[in-house]
Amino acid sequence: MKSVIFRTVAPVLTSLMALFSIFVLLRGHNEPGGGFIGGLIAVSALAIYGMAYGVETVRRAIFFHPMAIAGAGLLAATLAGLISIFARVPFMTGLWIYPAILGLEVPLSTVLLFDAGVYLVVVGAIGSIALSLEERGGE
Amino acid sequence: MDVTALTFMALALPFAAALVAPGLTRFLGQNAAWVLALAPAAIFLHFFRFVPEVASGESLTGGYAWIPSFNVSFSWLIDGLSLTFVLLISGIGALIVLYSGGYLKGHPQQGRFFCFILMFMGSMQGLVVADSFLMLFVFWELTSITSFLLIGFDHGREAARRAALQALVVTGGGGLLLLAGLLILWNVSGVTQLSLLLSFGSELKESPFYLAALLLVLGGAFTKSAQFPFHFWLPNAMEAPTPVSAYLHSATMVKAGVYLLMRLNPVLGGTPEWQLFLSLFGVATLVIGAALAVRESDLKLMLAYTTMASLGLLVMLIGLGSPHAIEAAALYLVAHALFKGALFMVAGILDHETGSRDLSHLGGLRSTMPLTFSVALAAALSMGGLPPFFGFLAKEELYSAFTATDLRSALFATLTVLGNALMFAVAFAVALKPFLGPRVSTPKHAHEGPLLLWIGPAVLALKGLSIALMSGFAHRLISSPTASAIAGEPRTVEISLAPHLGLPLVLSALTVALGLAFYVNLARLRAAMKAILIDIGWGPDRGFDQFMRGLVRFAVAVTRRLQGGRFEVYMTATFALVAFILLAVPLRYGEFPRAPFFSADVPAHELAIMAIAVGGLFAVVVAADRLTAIVSLGIQGFAVAVIYLLYGAPDLSFTQLMVETLSVVVLALVMTRLQLSPADHRPLPEKLRDVAIALACGLGFGLFLLRVTAVPFDRTLTEFFNLYSKSVAHGANVVNVIIVDFRATDTLGEIAVVMITGLAILALVRLRAGSLKRAVAPELSTDESAMEERV
Amino acid sequence: MEAWFALLVGIFFTVAVYLLLSKFIIRVLLGVAILGNAVNLLIFAGGRLTRDVPPIIPDGAEALVAPAANALPQALILTAIVISFSFFAFLLVLSWRAYKDLATDNTDEMRVAEPVDEPVPPLGY
Repeated sequence: MKSVIFRTVAPVLTSLMALFSIFVLLRGHNEPGGGFIGGLIAVSALAIYGMAYGVETVRRAIFFHPMAIAGAGLLAATLAGLISIFARVPFMTGLWIYPAILGLEVPLSTVLLFDAGVYLVVVGAIGSIALSLEERGGE
Repeated sequence: MDVTALTFMALALPFAAALVAPGLTRFLGQNAAWVLALAPAAIFLHFFRFVPEVASGESLTGGYAWIPSFNVSFSWLIDGLSLTFVLLISGIGALIVLYSGGYLKGHPQQGRFFCFILMFMGSMQGLVVADSFLMLFVFWELTSITSFLLIGFDHGREAARRAALQALVVTGGGGLLLLAGLLILWNVSGVTQLSLLLSFGSELKESPFYLAALLLVLGGAFTKSAQFPFHFWLPNAMEAPTPVSAYLHSATMVKAGVYLLMRLNPVLGGTPEWQLFLSLFGVATLVIGAALAVRESDLKLMLAYTTMASLGLLVMLIGLGSPHAIEAAALYLVAHALFKGALFMVAGILDHETGSRDLSHLGGLRSTMPLTFSVALAAALSMGGLPPFFGFLAKEELYSAFTATDLRSALFATLTVLGNALMFAVAFAVALKPFLGPRVSTPKHAHEGPLLLWIGPAVLALKGLSIALMSGFAHRLISSPTASAIAGEPRTVEISLAPHLGLPLVLSALTVALGLAFYVNLARLRAAMKAILIDIGWGPDRGFDQFMRGLVRFAVAVTRRLQGGRFEVYMTATFALVAFILLAVPLRYGEFPRAPFFSADVPAHELAIMAIAVGGLFAVVVAADRLTAIVSLGIQGFAVAVIYLLYGAPDLSFTQLMVETLSVVVLALVMTRLQLSPADHRPLPEKLRDVAIALACGLGFGLFLLRVTAVPFDRTLTEFFNLYSKSVAHGANVVNVIIVDFRATDTLGEIAVVMITGLAILALVRLRAGSLKRAVAPELSTDESAMEERV
Repeated sequence: MEAWFALLVGIFFTVAVYLLLSKFIIRVLLGVAILGNAVNLLIFAGGRLTRDVPPIIPDGAEALVAPAANALPQALILTAIVISFSFFAFLLVLSWRAYKDLATDNTDEMRVAEPVDEPVPPLGY
């Protein structure tokens, strides 16, 4: 995997895929997509980057340990469920607010937070699997 | 506070005291006993207030709803019987706590001991006042468990561990029989409370389930109360520290079975079966227990076997069921608790102060331990049934039950006299032999025990004297209400110390004469008994060992058979069963689908995709090298992704696509390192067998799917999600809304699973090479594996 | 259409079970991957098949009333795909470690947890 073409394309491809994955996550509520798919796309991006430049580079690039990302995701998803306590409704009840940001009405919800949690867990856990296997592949 | 709340607190108090006991003992040492004894003393005072009310013939119930939907309550019933028991438990309990303070002085685990014994006290107290069946059963098993902890207190010794396990198996197993019996009683009567059950007349006795219920209840009672042939755990339980023997194994726990029989006597008693079982097992236990007691020279074992004999006597009296027998049972119950508790504690003092509790190593202690001697003598006089002690009253009443002149009565009278005479001899052997005669040197320098030790037995012995002297008063308050509760109708106990000539006095005199003869010839009797037992050679105690070993061997054999350790066998068995269920169940119920109709109007591209999937599958099966296998696996996966897309599931399609890509990547990464060929090198017959099972499974699932799709589809759930996705959850993609909103709690669990597998894989990858081998053979651990770098 | 799907699901199960029954870890691994797809297809077809129309509520509408694919089995399968992948990866790494440590790919020879000559447990107390 050390071909010049691959190494030239990889950074572009990775950043495009990472962006696309977030786009898929955000539009998931109304169009095909969501946390699971978005997360898997992001993992593929990381895997491609790892193949081109080595796992160490990827680990540096994402800064956090993948399992820490997964843990943060699980925490976010749980908190998304717990917020409903303050509204005195059952666990995991979806809550929505529509703040106007820069004159644009943006729908924010615990559901979105939950989906982002799913995304992070998938990125972290599956990314960790892929990276640690790739790392061993070079032995 | 009202009575209900106070009674509930009284029932909970021992457990609360058990909780603070270890901490308190750490601060106060053995003097924590003085504080902890306040708990049972307070309980004693609380329940003592009910005495006048109960003596006037009332029974009190109270409690709280526990699980109302199942008609289960936490409720109690206080009548003459349970009040007597609860007073004995709390009264003797307070003395035992004090005694434990002296007996285990300086023991590093004294706090734990206090904790266990207070928990036991709470369980026993709950057992005797319980009104609901469930509460009775729960406390019954709790006494078994706490007794396990107490017998095994000295768990460093194998004998203690064995005795503890034995007691748990026998009494806990009996508890399960009791549970079954209670369930039958519930089923037949429709009530779950003893107080309601007691108002039933003869309906229970006429029920076809009477015999089954009786046998199960007797199974519980006989194991708990150490009736022959379930007696063997009781002498072994003497491995426990002496306070435990005095409390559990003479005064309280072993009486739980007797309590149960007395409690159920009004509704189950009086039938020929009841009389037969109880009187036969009772008299057998009496004679065998007394005879075995003679064999021993260890003070505690002698007392343990006489306890067994006394329990037999009580069971026999309940079985005989005549007015005098019931009254005698009520009297003997209390008398026995007093004198046997005192004698056990005396044995403990002797053990504690001299270092030995074997008769042959004790003698001439009367001048060094005068107080202990007088207590022992008072208790033995009561046990021997001599005036002016309580035991005398019990025995007179007991012999009054044998005034009938038929053969059966004569037989029981003879056996009872024999058993009592043997107990008489043992009682005086325990009370006299260590104190009289020439001084024998003991392991420790003997001296009188401290206050904490002798206060308990002294109070019990004095009680035995004072009750007899004020018999009219005691009968009115305690004995008569107890006898009334056992009989289920008002009874008045009238016996007093005033001499009354007649057959009972003759039998009494005969007992004493015979007992004296046994006492004089005790050594010869002991040798004879030993010889007989050696000739018999086998007993239930050894049977227990054989049973336990057999159980382990049986479990090993079954496990080896079912779990042989071969993956292939597990898989074959699992899938053969799956195939069998899928094919046999429809066959049995005629549920096979109609012949499938392969419609021709399916678009060609769909069939082509399916064909590609099938091609991929077969390529995986026959692949001879790694690359082919991986690529073929990818082909079938991508084909599935396309199928999802064709049938309106773009979300699934994208997910499947990503997952298949990643699968291929990780598989390639790992397999390049495995250097393994995916080809199948097994012999043909094995392959054919697998093909048959696999085809059966495939056929089964295919038919299953056909049958499912032939049933009209219930669209309720789908309609629900379609209707409310937008209006309630503000999302247009119904699939995503289900995942992150409607069923978000499920998804939370699922991402937790993903996270955990991630962690597990990380751990596996980081594991140093050779650790599996090391788990099997530690000596194989080598330096090279330590060199393995960490990820 | 259901008949074709039943045939396809049957073949998927047949191949998956056949691979699982062979005692070599690589083949078992491949079998596990295929079994996941087999079960997902079974659930998918069990929820009835609808061509082309995904369960997405069109703009302006408040509810999905037009015929569309059944969303419920899709939601079940979506998470199932991700979870079966994590387990597949776990099994893969486990087999790799087992192969490295035990130097065999034959499950008959993997007897660490249940050794052939396991002694009888102690009979004392």
